[in-house]
Amino acid sequence: MEGQELPYVLIDCIRGKHGVHEDYVEFLEKHFHLITMKEYLENKEFLSEKIRAIFMWYHRPVITAELLQTLPNLKIVASSGMGIDHLDLDLLSSYGVKLSNTPFVVSTDTADLGMALMLACSRRLVEGYQMAVSPDTEYFPSDWLGSEVSGMTLGIVGMGTTGYKVAQRAKAFEMKILYHNRHQRNKEEESAVGATYCKKIDDLLQQSDFVLLSVSLTPQTHKLIGKRELELMKPTATLINISRGLAVDQDALVEALQNKIIKAAGLDVTYPEPLPRDHPLLKLKNVLITPHIGGATKKTHRLMMENMVESIQASLAGLPVPNEVLL
Amino acid sequence: MGGGELPGLLVNEIGGIHGILYLITMKEFIENRKHMSKKIQAIYLWWHKPVIDQELLQSLPNLKVIANSGVGMDHLDLKLIASFGVKMANCPHAVSTSTADTGMALLLASARRLVEGYHIVISSCMEYCEASFLGAEVTGATLGIIGMGSIGYKIALRAKAFEMNILYHNRTRRKEQEEQAVGATYCEKIDDLLRQADFVMVVVSLTPQTHKLIGKREMELMKPTATLINISRGAVVDQEALVTALQTGVIRAAALDVTYPEPLPRDHTLLKLKNVIITPHLGIRTDKAAYMITEEAVENILAALNGLPIPNEVLPS
Repeated sequence: MEGQELPYVLIDCIRGKHGVHEDYVEFLEKHFHLITMKEYLENKEFLSEKIRAIFMWYHRPVITAELLQTLPNLKIVASSGMGIDHLDLDLLSSYGVKLSNTPFVVSTDTADLGMALMLACSRRLVEGYQMAVSPDTEYFPSDWLGSEVSGMTLGIVGMGTTGYKVAQRAKAFEMKILYHNRHQRNKEEESAVGATYCKKIDDLLQQSDFVLLSVSLTPQTHKLIGKRELELMKPTATLINISRGLAVDQDALVEALQNKIIKAAGLDVTYPEPLPRDHPLLKLKNVLITPHIGGATKKTHRLMMENMVESIQASLAGLPVPNEVLL
Repeated sequence: MGGGELPGLLVNEIGGIHGILYLITMKEFIENRKHMSKKIQAIYLWWHKPVIDQELLQSLPNLKVIANSGVGMDHLDLKLIASFGVKMANCPHAVSTSTADTGMALLLASARRLVEGYHIVISSCMEYCEASFLGAEVTGATLGIIGMGSIGYKIALRAKAFEMNILYHNRTRRKEQEEQAVGATYCEKIDDLLRQADFVMVVVSLTPQTHKLIGKREMELMKPTATLINISRGAVVDQEALVTALQTGVIRAAALDVTYPEPLPRDHTLLKLKNVIITPHLGIRTDKAAYMITEEAVENILAALNGLPIPNEVLPS
């Protein structure tokens, strides 16, 4: 191995939301020769043949046909996180480039965030905080109330790894759990969390106090929750979205919230991210939005990065690729 | 002016108890003391009002019971009240679930930086949104519960579902089955809990023994990466020591549902610190809890008025 060059891996940049964390650079440079997009663009001629992998963090760098054309030796794109809806799978396949993601690592933190949003929304935590620190506050009104979480009905739409972890947590809050999924889970899995299958999403929507979306984004789940679905929900219900902004018809959601068709929403994801500064969702009092932090903890980011390194190394060594997404 | 048949219940303001008791507000009482004073057989406290003092007790010869709408009794002089032969009761069952939920809400909001995150989303500064924003893991972290009464135990039940490692410190140790059911380990010495916990949750009642229970010493024992969550009473934490600890990185963050006083003066340092979430005593502020509290209080009142054992009597100890 002496004298052999480390494989060249393309990244977007270092630091920032879409950049590689500074703390990871040392570790990464033990295994790879990192090339930022900026460096690549400045030296395309030399670098284009060298690059054998792309380390994609929070959907950057953006993969286009143009980029793929200029990287003849590209073997794999390792994408951080669970979602792959930001990628053109056919395009990658046509260039014979493999794809990996990090599906399981983020699921726990994302489930935790789902619970955090549900609790924060129903107990009006952010509003309460604002009241507690506002210079105008003289006292806390005795009739200022939120609503209960424990004992209420939670409808989970999408009971994959993340959805199931939400159910496990919600069970401890003595919530009644309904779920809707492409396939029904087996009896042991259902009884372990006390979940009841709703073959028709309508049944779930009509009974739930909280509707939590944890689906992957596919053509079938695009705008899964629209005007019709929102109108089926209880007027006292809260929508929690920890999947993708596009799983919800955002315009219909704005209308539903404005007209009190549903009570509130907690969104970790929107479309686009971030929302334009004048978007109505940012102004509604009954909406809590967080900046796509579902998997954003130090530990999970570190694990994601390590998983991605493993996937890249396996691919370059011609070995089976962990977390490969079959195209 | 009626009220002759139903027992008179003194309340601070109208709370919504109809048909069983005749409600008298403090305002009505003060305006018509002579007539009302003998009719009042019970007082229903809502958010610690009306204030119970010697003068009030002396003016109510037929007062039998004071029913508190929460669980904390630290705002009452129990011995004084008992000396007038008046019984006292609180509402422990109605509050425990809502308060446990509040504890978990604060733990999660603080760990995952929800409030900060929200402000980034609505800020007009686009650059901000591009910053890498990381929180602390909750699942698998160590939770230290100080005060494992019914509220503390409900927190343990919830934390277990997040696969948290649970330590607890309490006046008395719980039974083995209770410990096993939530996977909790007893720390006889509070120091052991403080040294190991990633999240320290304070769930004690305020007594002379728990006053400033968490002070400079305790915070210095905590990990510098730890978060302090207080859902009991402001006075259980040495607030000045907390400010220092937060400013100097002795602990990472705090989430306070209770402070001393409530609300804090508007220029208080705690309101300005970035690593603190303060909430307006959310503990029992839900529609369901409010209803259950009233139900429980009415039960207590009716039992007292009928000379029956009071379900949630509180004795001066």
